[in-house]
Amino acid sequence: MDVGTVIHAICFYAFAGVAVASGVMVIAARNPVHSVLFLILAFFNAAGLFVLLGAEFLAMILVIVYVGAVAVLFLFVVMMLDINFTALRQGALQYLPIGALIGLILLVELVLVFGAWTMAPDFAASAVAPTPPIAQVTNTAALGALLYTRYIYAFQVSGLILLVAMIGAIVLTLRGREGVRRQKISTQVSRARADAVEVVKVRPRQGV
Amino acid sequence: MADFLRNFGLPTVILVAEILAIIVPLLLAVAYLTFAERKVLAAAQLRKGPNVVGPFGLFQPLADGLKLLMKETVIPTGANRGVFIAAPILTFVLSLIAWAVIPFDDGMVIANINVGILYLFAISSLGVYGIIMAGWSSNSKYAFLGALRAAAQMVSYEVSMGFVMVSVLLCVGSLNLSAIVEAQRTVWFALPLLPMFIVFFISTLAETNRSPFDLVEGESELVAGFFVEYSSMTFALFYLGEYANMILMSAMTTVLFLGGWLAPFGWMPFTGALGHVWSMFWFFAKIAFVLFCFLWVRATMPRFRYDQLMRLGWKVFLPLSLFWLVATAGFLVTFGLLPGQG
Repeated sequence: MDVGTVIHAICFYAFAGVAVASGVMVIAARNPVHSVLFLILAFFNAAGLFVLLGAEFLAMILVIVYVGAVAVLFLFVVMMLDINFTALRQGALQYLPIGALIGLILLVELVLVFGAWTMAPDFAASAVAPTPPIAQVTNTAALGALLYTRYIYAFQVSGLILLVAMIGAIVLTLRGREGVRRQKISTQVSRARADAVEVVKVRPRQGV
Repeated sequence: MADFLRNFGLPTVILVAEILAIIVPLLLAVAYLTFAERKVLAAAQLRKGPNVVGPFGLFQPLADGLKLLMKETVIPTGANRGVFIAAPILTFVLSLIAWAVIPFDDGMVIANINVGILYLFAISSLGVYGIIMAGWSSNSKYAFLGALRAAAQMVSYEVSMGFVMVSVLLCVGSLNLSAIVEAQRTVWFALPLLPMFIVFFISTLAETNRSPFDLVEGESELVAGFFVEYSSMTFALFYLGEYANMILMSAMTTVLFLGGWLAPFGWMPFTGALGHVWSMFWFFAKIAFVLFCFLWVRATMPRFRYDQLMRLGWKVFLPLSLFWLVATAGFLVTFGLLPGQG
């Protein structure tokens, strides 16, 4: 057997195995912080799988966005929460059948979707036109060329949705409180010596 | 068997040798960076600095390392053992693995991947985990407060760093670090992108939790911040990681803005093996210069207040880098200079 294939297979099973195991640990761990850390490990292994597929750009974006930003906030929130998690976990086992059922339904749906997979009739024509051959351009360039031509509207709409979500979050949480003393950097910086200090010549026995 | 050795053994041995060839000098550089820091600070404050151990105090880092090794590793009673031990290891490992993609000279790089700069960005954004994990698992309020500060600070400054990197990418048209260096043959990006260069340098200070942004440690109010409960080798790993990260960030600044291994004005008097040495000399000289700036800033600037730190990151650097990114893109498109265009 080819050496590259063997290494590829070993890497795949290592990444996939650790990803599944850490996925199980996310729900099995007693401590919620451990759960988040296992979630991060699962993200990492998913990124490893992307690299094996040759999708290096997606792998790096997964690490930067999910591990570097989203999971940090998760961890932040979970660490700050003051909830008795052991009490919360008491009845967790009795929901296991329901969870298993939902998982099963999702699996069946996935199988059905992939079983009925057909190419759109105009796919071959439209796919050829904007994308150069994959072997000649890098992953990033190919993705960009497709995303900013054929899917530009979808891309822009998703960006707008995120913007709306961000503004919504700000509007919901921002309260104009009364009596908050704020620092005005511009006034502080523009203060000159003349505004602040006055030199007074005090004569003896007369005061200011 | 011979076939197996040729296919698996030889590449493995070569790879391990390459890795060692980077890590061993790197750790030596870290040791002497701590020495250089003390000497530079001493010079700035008109003191002598360490001058007792060895000639000019040159063996001081070795003595410090030995002292740390001999100490006892203390794990606090309430600590979360696994996470407590994993945090310094993670910090140290992350500061080393990023070096896989740094090009020392044309072709002298372990992994010349297409997404080199994204890899560096990903690794540097992971650095926050070591600190958060340390702060949380120590079960100490000082460590925890330090960790929370670190999380907010590093996430904030990453955003503007990302925009700076994108504006460099616009000028290059590639995510590959060697291609980024090659694109600076005419002019180093520090000149045309000067504001971005300054934003990037200050962001690296914040990203490595160096003075004046070292609120994470904040010894005046948080004792020592996130690593207050650490001792011996666990502490040493944090320390090594921090300084290795400083060198890494300097290397990143050099590659992105100071022309990597290129000598100034294309000055290339040597060819062949000597040419490689010449290129690498310039690469290391630039890293040393950026590192000196790190130490210089520490000797000069007082620590920022926390709200000012956040204001600088979100209200100054983010709009500035966003504006400059749009301006760069507009300029390149208007004058048809965009790589891959036309």
